[in-house]
Amino acid sequence: MSGVLFSRRSLMVVGGAALASGATGLIVPAQASGLAPTPSMRGGSNNYRAGAPIVDRIGGGGFWMTGTVRRAGDGTPLPGQRIQIWAHTTEGHERDPQSHGATLTDANGEFRLEMPQIVPAFGQPHGHLAYDSDEFAPVFLRPVMSSAKDKTLAAHFVLQPV
Amino acid sequence: MLRRIAIWAVLIAVLLVPIIAAAFSPYLAWRQPVYILAGFAGIIGMCLLLMQPLLAGRWLPGLKPVTSRHWHKKCGLALVAAILIHVGGLWITSPPDVLDALLFVSATPFSAWGVFAMWSGFAAAMMGVLRKRLRLRFRIWRLGHTGLAGVTILGSVVHAMLIEGTMEIMTKTILCVLVVVASVLTLAKMRVWEIGR
Repeated sequence: MSGVLFSRRSLMVVGGAALASGATGLIVPAQASGLAPTPSMRGGSNNYRAGAPIVDRIGGGGFWMTGTVRRAGDGTPLPGQRIQIWAHTTEGHERDPQSHGATLTDANGEFRLEMPQIVPAFGQPHGHLAYDSDEFAPVFLRPVMSSAKDKTLAAHFVLQPV
Repeated sequence: MLRRIAIWAVLIAVLLVPIIAAAFSPYLAWRQPVYILAGFAGIIGMCLLLMQPLLAGRWLPGLKPVTSRHWHKKCGLALVAAILIHVGGLWITSPPDVLDALLFVSATPFSAWGVFAMWSGFAAAMMGVLRKRLRLRFRIWRLGHTGLAGVTILGSVVHAMLIEGTMEIMTKTILCVLVVVASVLTLAKMRVWEIGR
């Protein structure tokens, strides 16, 4: 069997370099060039309605849409960001106004909005989320549930300042 | 006689069971009538896709060849109508999703298969309607018609199998397998690739 033979010195040099790069890997998000912005997904903006109201809950609830919002580059969590959410649920079609709602991220840049159960529509059980305020470039997401029986769905935003 | 009745009974069951199973889908409760109509037009289209090779291959007992061909034409036109109702109903339900599909930029992988199947189905139907005016040698015409029909069948089967919708998975799978088997057997029976004579 062939193999690369390391001397003790080369092993320490290579191993040390690997450790060092691993350690700096943890530091990279703190640098400006680190975290890439989330691109909008295909079909993400379909049936979008501008200006969905901020609500405590969409309809009767029972299903949770969750996620995080961070700034591109340094990955800083962004509090107070408005995320709009809509989907085809047990209480209405994507186009229906009552299927739309918005929420704000908390101090940790996390959001969590209760809504009716998402049911498969147009061939996939999926939700829609939008960031479209002025501070950052707009992002439209369309995450798909791994199972139609799921009671929660997550989507994460990394926003690019404009 | 008994065999003839059995074949027709099995065929009718194979066509009706997927439609009945879909009628019991829990998803129907959350859909508007036009969306339900569009979905069932798609299911009926799949059923017609099973009829087409069976009629073209003259497999069905009790049908004279000319009757079989007439029904092939009628089912073909019904299939075009089913596709139009399917796409039209989906358009009314959610215009941006259908527009994405037609422009091949849809988020869902099955959309492009369905759109390919639609256009090749329309082209196959056009070749059928315009057969005399095209003035092609019969076997060349038949190769073109069956080639387009083959794309329609393959595209439709992949389209249907990738969709999480109202069709019940077992009945959908059986219907799709039968469509493919009937198509392959008919191509082999007709020896459509022999265009030399």
